This record gives sequence, structure tokens and C-alpha cells, in this order.
Amino acid sequence: MKCGIVVFPGSNCDHDCYHILKHILNQETHWLWHKEEANLESFDLVVLPGGFSYGDYLRPGAIASFSPIMNSVITFAKAGGKVLGICNGFQVLLESELLPGTLIQNQSRKFICKNVTVRIENPDTPFTQNCGENRILEIPVAHHQGSYYIDPFSLNQLEENGQILFRYCDTKGKVSAESNPNGSVGSVAGVTNEQKNVMGMMPHPERCADPQLTGIDGQIIFQSLISNS
Amino acid sequence: MDKPKKNRPGPEITPEIVREHGLTVEEFRRILDLIGRTPNMTELGIFSVMWSEHCSYKSSRPYLRKLPVESPRVLQGPGENAGVIDIGDGLAVAFKIESHNHPSFIEPHQGAATGVGGIMRDVFTMGARPIALMNSLRFGELEEPRTRFLLNGVVDGISSYGNCTGVPTVGGEIYFDACYNGNNLVNAFCLGLVKSDRIFLAGAGGVGNQILYVGSKTGRDGIHGASLLASSVFDENTEDKRPTVQVGDPFTEKLLIEACLELFECDWVVGVQDMGAAGLTSSSFEMAHRAETGVFMDLSKVPLREEGMIPYEILLSESQERMLFVIKPGHEKEALVILDKWGLDAAIIGEVVEEPNDRIQFLGQEVVNLPIIPVVDGALDLKRPTKRPEYLDEVVHISLTEFPDFSRGDAALKKLLACPNIASKEWVYEQYDHMVRLNTLVLPGSDAAVLRIKDTDKAIAISVDCNSRYCYLDPYEGAAIAVAEACRNVVCSGAEPIGLTNCLNFGNPEKPEIMWQFQQAVEGMGDACRFFDIPVVSGNVSLYNETKGEAIYPTPTVAVVGLIEDQTKVMTQGFKKSGDQIALIGFTMEELGGTEYLKTMFDRSAGKPPVLDRKHEKQVQDFCRELIQRGLISSAHDCSEGGLAVAVAESCFSPGCQTLGATLTLESTLRNDTLLFGETQSRFVISFPEERINEIEDLAMAFPVDFSLIGKVGGSHFTIMVNGKEIVKQEIDVLKQIWKTSLGNYAGQTT
Repeated sequence: MKCGIVVFPGSNCDHDCYHILKHILNQETHWLWHKEEANLESFDLVVLPGGFSYGDYLRPGAIASFSPIMNSVITFAKAGGKVLGICNGFQVLLESELLPGTLIQNQSRKFICKNVTVRIENPDTPFTQNCGENRILEIPVAHHQGSYYIDPFSLNQLEENGQILFRYCDTKGKVSAESNPNGSVGSVAGVTNEQKNVMGMMPHPERCADPQLTGIDGQIIFQSLISNS
Repeated sequence: MDKPKKNRPGPEITPEIVREHGLTVEEFRRILDLIGRTPNMTELGIFSVMWSEHCSYKSSRPYLRKLPVESPRVLQGPGENAGVIDIGDGLAVAFKIESHNHPSFIEPHQGAATGVGGIMRDVFTMGARPIALMNSLRFGELEEPRTRFLLNGVVDGISSYGNCTGVPTVGGEIYFDACYNGNNLVNAFCLGLVKSDRIFLAGAGGVGNQILYVGSKTGRDGIHGASLLASSVFDENTEDKRPTVQVGDPFTEKLLIEACLELFECDWVVGVQDMGAAGLTSSSFEMAHRAETGVFMDLSKVPLREEGMIPYEILLSESQERMLFVIKPGHEKEALVILDKWGLDAAIIGEVVEEPNDRIQFLGQEVVNLPIIPVVDGALDLKRPTKRPEYLDEVVHISLTEFPDFSRGDAALKKLLACPNIASKEWVYEQYDHMVRLNTLVLPGSDAAVLRIKDTDKAIAISVDCNSRYCYLDPYEGAAIAVAEACRNVVCSGAEPIGLTNCLNFGNPEKPEIMWQFQQAVEGMGDACRFFDIPVVSGNVSLYNETKGEAIYPTPTVAVVGLIEDQTKVMTQGFKKSGDQIALIGFTMEELGGTEYLKTMFDRSAGKPPVLDRKHEKQVQDFCRELIQRGLISSAHDCSEGGLAVAVAESCFSPGCQTLGATLTLESTLRNDTLLFGETQSRFVISFPEERINEIEDLAMAFPVDFSLIGKVGGSHFTIMVNGKEIVKQEIDVLKQIWKTSLGNYAGQTT
């Protein structure tokens, strides 16, 4: 799988995504610099990593969505290329209107960094195909504005289309207000577009994919993409 | 007299102006003697900041010289931006801890944020990539109305700054005590990784080399932060000092890290220094001083944030996220290309000259011409008088008979677990990104933070520590205990301590009693470091932590860095398995002085702090590390605040481990309170599978160390039996809930 990792000024999970894809999963991995448009045709996956692109000034992801590389990413996505946005990358995808909805401040109004559990809602996408039904992943979150919001009608549509990939849940898979770390509507932790080739998620799969660290549940998302490529 | 021709028409230098600059009459006379003329306003401003306590260490320097600074691993000791220690494999770690106390009290969010920014710059100026942040925070008592505001503001500031830069905040410590009501402490620590042959120093060497300004534009913020804010006590007018607090921009810091690390790859970079306290003034003077050169600068070339700034302001501004590079001529364009790539302001503002003066021009006119050495080194070392404080006679003598012993310890245990000095700090560290960069092997909440060093087998363990109540009761012993305990904490993770950095927070040094505390603490720290063979490679002194005559407890915080050769053998404090044996390394004495128990249950900060037997301490540490290296044990936890009962309870519900119950079966002639909650030093609580008992006992005998089996892991309760009688029995989930939620409940309350 040929992967590209976009580096915005202020990206800070770029090295982590690179480490997992290149050194742990042995995939061909390249950097993509925000200032330059690029021909992405030969890529199998583009990752928008977490961090604070452009300092999160204005709104998280807002300025990044206007950077030259995003023109290329949008073209790539529209042509069916797979794009994974993690945390700040998810925010960039929303600002670029590649995904529906928005992310607002956590209900606690604090940054939250901890392990949470998410339930796979649709195992039938390139991002989740190795997961199986009702699989629960333990995976860290680290964000200040990760509360997903979309109007009830659109949320319903997302559900019907199978666009909701992950929901926050407890360790047994139960979805409730207690297991929702940030107040996301419907406990949504990750969504795709209708075509299922663009996915954004708040949890960080790259933080639980190196066997030397605790937990490797995040690998399954990258492995799904590898299987699919 | 060589009077600058036409510096902006400044006021004449009157005694009032000298005083407003925090300089004494003697100091002003000394300036006249050293430069042979009256300084102009700008020059006076330069002396004011450079001779401030904060920059010159004039009260503390004579004592600091006595700290041990050498070991075969030390690549850079004190005197540079950060200390550097060799960890083998061609790698080294650069680290330092620094205070940002005064600004954080006035403006907690920005004060704490810029503290984090400053310490990170100190580390990456050495050529190191910052890989870990930690902090030591002190706040007033919970009942003090401002405490909650300060706690929230400081944590938020650290969180917003550290998280944005992509450097994980992996641990720290927080204490609350009334002595910090008027002066909270924010000590920020940073550690970076550097190739041992690519360490950069802050020298402006090589005549003709160019001086390159990099980073944020210079504004009017933070002027006189070092002199008027950090080097004086607080009073009714403290709020008026808010303009001396800087404002941080973590986004620029992140870009600065990446750009600087890219610049360090180039062999034409000669030296670099962060513009921290006293801004462009101290960075230019100190770089020239280290290289025994001079500098010429043209302030008209400095990127400015606002119009109309005068040389005085440009030189004294403490605007954040700025660096000064010295590069070889002919490479200016290459440098600017790299900096432009990262979107940073940069300009060549001067060059290195032979004559050892700092000559500064503005709009074609010379505004400063001062010799380097008198400015940097001219502040007289002050031999401030010392006197043993009288309060000690009152507080250290206690008799245990004053405090009735208990027959059931349940209530005290619950109260201690809820006490914010002991309760879980989860509410705090969940606000810090502690995982980014994928090196954090031990998440916050254990004795030490542990980070792996990628591409090697190694890991680094870090602990920050200081029990200031002990230091109040006996600054010498208290400081020695801080060293011992920080070492013990890194040993619990399997590491060997290899270096230390300190942040010495004290009251007003002009008071002999405070200077006595300082002298005692530095001696205690030095003696302990010599005994444990740990070099002090960097540090910082923060004096004048005093409000309306009330000084903080002496707080000589230390951060100890330890090395783990085999990262697969990292140990954590949580019990792992039901049925495992629990044992105590070391022994418990009948002492309660300075304990959290006395404070929490009787509101007393009194008695003699625990006795530290250094030889014994060394033995138990070596033994514990040996057990970990041999892979014999499943958990190791330092027994400290709250004593044995709290240590075992914490091992029952440590973050990252499942919650397990425990039963302790103790035989003892001690009072119950000292047995359960006494804070005797040099003790570890460990657990291991039953079949290893003989092997471990044999090893303990051979070492020799005191070692006793004290109980078993398992069940849904925490039970303590003493001499066959139950004195504590509580559901472990109940205790956990108290411990876990106490601090968050307090912090989240709205007043």
C-alpha cells in the first residue's frame, strides 16, 4: 500500500502515523507538504494526521482546508481515493466538506487524553473490513474539540447509509451518556462519506498500533486498508 | 565621557529611576565604576535586568557552586541552556527544570503556558528534540478562594501550550498547602533527545559571523518580567504587574522547534540561544560572554510587532518564541529559506565582533555601548546573612502522645485518599496529551514517567519530587529526601538514576531566615547527590516567593532522570494478579513528623521529618532494581506520602492495571497510626508470584536489606490486620472512587 501523510504546519501526529505505517506495518510511506499540490493518483491512502494545523486558529481545520495540498486531496477523494483523517485530520475533512457534520468543543470544555472504547458500527468498509461485527476497540482520544454534531435528520441519514463507523461505548459495547467522553451526538466517534472512501475519526488508531506500547487495537484499521488495497 | 549622541530624549537618570529599576545605590555606584560614566536609560535597563536576581543569581551563586556537577556521563553541566547526559548508543538527553511562578500567579493561563514554552526552548536550543514535559505545581489550600481559579488556569495553560507543540506532558506532581496561598509555584521540566556529537552551545564565536533573529516579532509584552516581576515580592499592587507577563503562541513554538532542528542539521550554525528572561539583552550579552567576543546589532532590523517601539523596549521585551542564532557568513540565504519554509520571521540583525562590547544601533545612532563582562559578570555575589528561623523551635518538637492512636484506620485512610496531595491526579493529566510521539511506556499515575528511546533497547524514567513540608521542618533533610525519593521513584520503574536538575523555590533572600533555609537545602541536596553519585546538570533559582511577608515553604524541587537499559523490563506500581504476594522492602519506624496524616487529621505541620539513612536508602534502591532486572517481581511502588496503607491502596487501583483487592497481615509493636500512615523513608511495596518467595528472600538476605512479607493481592476489599486484629476493611471500589474523583470534584466545582 502506498501511503501519503500530509504535513500541515502544526501537525504533530504526522511522525506517529509515519512510524506505524512505515516501520510497524512496512508500507511504502511518503510525506506530503501542505504548500505544494501533488499528483496523488499512484497513492492508495492519504492520511491527514492529528495535531493543531495552523495552530487551530480561527477553527480547527479551517485554515488547513484552504492549503494547496487539500486541492489535491479533494481531487483524489472525488476520484475514489481513500482518505483517513484522524483527530485534527477529521476536522480538516469536515472543513473541506469531504465529510458531513462538524466538531465542537468537548462537553467538559477541557482537553481529554485517555483510552476509550469504541464499537464498530459498520464492518463493511475499507477502513473496518477486518473488524467483524460488533467488535470493540480500545483506542486513545486526545482532543479539545471532538464533540461531533450533525442535525437529527442528517444523523438519521448517516445511520441509514451505514456512514457511522464507530460509536463510543463501554468495555462491554454498551453505548450510553457515561461512555461518551465528549458529548458527541449519537456517541459518534467516526464517520465516512457516502462512497465510503473518506473516513474521519477522533480516536487515534496510530497510538495503539505499535506492539511495544500497550494495546494494538488500532492496527486493525490500517490492516483493513492494507487488505483492501 | 562617551555619551550616545542622540538616544531618544530620555529622562535624566535620577535616584528614583535607579530605584524603579530595582537597582540599589551600591549597585548603581558599581555601574559607574565599571563603565566610567553614567549609563543612558537603555543601558540602565540592561543593567537592571542583567543584574536582577533572576538573571544574575547574585544571592544563590555562591551556594550553587557547591553542588556536584560531574560524572562520566555528563556532556554538559550547568551554565548552558540545559544540561546534557550521555545515554550511550551515540545519544544523549538534554534536560532542565525552570520556574514560572510569579507570572503564573498573576495570569495563570499565560504564565504557565509561557513557562512550558521557555523550558522547551532551553532544551531544543541544545540541538535536542523535546520528547517529554513534566511539571511540579503548588497551590494554596483548597479553602482559599483563588486556588481553584489558579489550578484551572495553570493546568489549562500547560495543556493548551504543551498539547499544541506535540510534546507529551507525561507526569508531574501537585501539592496544596496554605503556604502557597499568595504564591503558587509552576516549575516546568523538559527533556530532549540529541545525538551526542551534535550538541549546540550558546556561544557567539567567530568574528564576522552573522547574528540571526528567528521567530515571533518583538512586542511590548513582558518588559521587566525578569527584574521587576520575578525578582521582587508580591504586595497589594501585584495585579498592576500583569503587563510584565508574556503571552505565548504555541503554534509558533511548534514551527520554531521544527525549523531549528532543521537548521541544526547545517554545519554553518555556530551557536544559538533562546530569548527568554531579559530577551534580546541577555541572549546577546550571554552569547558574547561565553565566546569571549563582542556583538554589534542594529535594532532597526529586528522584526517588530508594533510601531514606535524604542530601543529600551526592543531590548527588554520578553516576547515569546524568539531565538538568536549565530551563523557563518555566506549562509544567510540558506537559513532564510529554511525559516521561510516554516513561515517564521527572521532577519540578520548584527554580527560578532572582536572588541568585547555589545554595541547597539538604532536608526543609525548608537544607543548602547557596554562592555560584556561587567554586564554579565559584574553583579556582586551577595553574601547575604543567614539565621536559623525561630519557628523551628516551636514546630519540630512534638510528642506522639498529643495524638491519640486509633483502633480502626478506615476513616483516616478514606480521608487521606481524598486529600488532594494524595488523590489521583487524573483530572489534571487527562488534560495533557501524554501519548503523542508514541514513546510513553508508562502513562501518568505511576511513580515515574517512562519513555522509550526509539531505535534502541533503552528507556528513560523521570520523576519530579519535593515534599516541602519536610523542607519547612528541616530544609537540609527535606532536600536530601527530595533527591532520595525522586531516585526511588525512577528505581521503581527499573531505572538507574543518572542525572538531576533542580528548581529552588524560596522566599525573600533579603531575610536571613530565608537564606538559611536556602543554604541548608542546597547543602542537603548537594550531600545527597554526592552520596548517590548523581550530577546536578542544570537548574534554576526562584526567590522572592513571598506575599505580604508570608514566604512559601522552602521548595527545592528536583527532577531525576534515570536510564533503563532494557525497555522490556519496565516496572509499574500496580498489582497485577490475584494471589500475588505483597512485601515491604525496608522497615517502618515510629515516626509521624511532617506526615500528610498529621496535616490531614490534626491540621499540624509539625515534628521532625522522617530520618533519611542514605546508606540504607542506597541498599534498598539497589535491591529493588536488582529484583526488577532479574524479572522477579510484578510491581514496585515507593512508599511515601500517606505511608504504607496509602501505598498499598494505590497499588490496588493504579491506572492501566485492573483494580484488585489486598489483605495485609502485619505483626508490629508500633502504634497503628505510625504503622499505617507514618512516612518512614527507604521503603518499597512490591508484589510477586508466590513461587518466587524463596528466591527473593535469599536475595534480600544476601544483599542484605530488610524485607518482610506483608500480605496478599486479591479479593474485593482492602483489609489490614495488625497482630491478628482487623483495623481496616473497605471495599476496594469505594476507596478507588474516593481517590479517583476527589481532585476533579474540587476543581470542577463552580463557586
